[in-house]
Amino acid sequence: MTDTWIAVCPVDDVEPEDVRRFDHGGRTFAIYRTAAGEVFATDGLCTHEHAHLAEGLVMGDIIECPKHNGRFDFRSGKAQGAPACIDLRTYPTKIENGQILVLSGRVSI
Amino acid sequence: MSETAIRRDYSLVGPDGDRARKTGLAGAEWYACAVPRKALKELMQRKDGPAIRDTLLWIGLLGLSGTLGCLTWGTWLAVPCFLCYGVLYGSASDSRWHECGHGTAFKTRWMNEAIYQLACFMILREPTVWRWSHARHHTDTLIVGRDPEINAQRPPSVAKLLVNFFALKSGAETIGKLFIHSTGRLTAEEVTFIPETEHWKIAVVARVYLGIFAGVLALCFWMESILPMMLVGLPTFYGAFLAVFFSLTQHAGLAEDVLDHRLNSRTVYMNSVFRFLYWNMNYHVEHHMFPLVPYHALPRLHEAIKADCPRPYGSCLEAYREVIPALARQIRDPRHFVSRELPPDQSREASAES
Repeated sequence: MTDTWIAVCPVDDVEPEDVRRFDHGGRTFAIYRTAAGEVFATDGLCTHEHAHLAEGLVMGDIIECPKHNGRFDFRSGKAQGAPACIDLRTYPTKIENGQILVLSGRVSI
Repeated sequence: MSETAIRRDYSLVGPDGDRARKTGLAGAEWYACAVPRKALKELMQRKDGPAIRDTLLWIGLLGLSGTLGCLTWGTWLAVPCFLCYGVLYGSASDSRWHECGHGTAFKTRWMNEAIYQLACFMILREPTVWRWSHARHHTDTLIVGRDPEINAQRPPSVAKLLVNFFALKSGAETIGKLFIHSTGRLTAEEVTFIPETEHWKIAVVARVYLGIFAGVLALCFWMESILPMMLVGLPTFYGAFLAVFFSLTQHAGLAEDVLDHRLNSRTVYMNSVFRFLYWNMNYHVEHHMFPLVPYHALPRLHEAIKADCPRPYGSCLEAYREVIPALARQIRDPRHFVSRELPPDQSREASAES
């Protein structure tokens, strides 16, 4: 088994305290950058209803869904209350050579 | 076509809901005007200042009009005092409920929640039920069989619309549901949009509401006066008319089963007093298209997207000049609706020219 790190975009393509959509392999992710420059990744769709979190609002460590204002802590994926009741899946990230990489899973080699 | 064939079933557990799911109208993607991410992010920013100012003014005016109403009780001077109190209690609470339910009025979360709970009690909307009902209204705005908040169904019932100006239909239904919910049960429709994990909250709040109303009623008997109910409970009814007057401009008479808020919602220019009472919900197309934008930023959002929206209505009068004839015609012909004229698709025109 080996980790599969996927290149997302240059880190500067995501503004501080903002989020960006990233589609890969038929899946959609939300890539966050905090005001301090840390980078996080979660599933891209709200667990409440089909809405892209990348169109929402980042406030500190919280992403608010653009459709029904459901909130999640994007560091842990934890839902913060109705209408968001199911946690988001999170993914490890790292920055290498100015690029954001996300670990979307492991593959057999 | 017979009337039975064209009569829609607005129930959430009927055939129209099934049809909406099968045809992809339920939970669909909606049109959104293009707004650059940077500008939208700026518009979505939360602030405490405007809502604290407006809430202090609202509570202050409630206190003042309520006090004057008590002091003049038994004289004709009490009438205008309670008219003001009733509008602030039974109508202005509608927009406070709405904005705080979205969590956009204040930046600070507990402030949104506190005013949400207060406004829910004032307007007699159970907080958990209406939080989920309104989420569905945003997912499936005016999709028949899916949206639980269509207030002018086709064919419209004039009697129901008129009695609701004093919350007689909605209020009576809610009181009935409070008794059902207090036993821990929900209606079949509510089960379709409220997750099971939330059900216990509904029972608790229903019991609290019934307890408060029982207390106020007991106080009335003890004082041998309806004055306590004039302050708590009855203003939901005698003060509801302005909220209904505003809310009928939102969607009544417009297209159902479309996936474009520009076709099923109205933006109506209103004076500053109305906008204070209604917290800018007159920018209703904008609100539905971008629900994260707080009420105080809606006028700026309107400016940003108005070129891509139908012409806004210049006043409530202009909106009602459309709403009343449309509803009157829908009584005879439920298929009728007002078709809004969209501006030309600018991106398509630009690519055609190039």
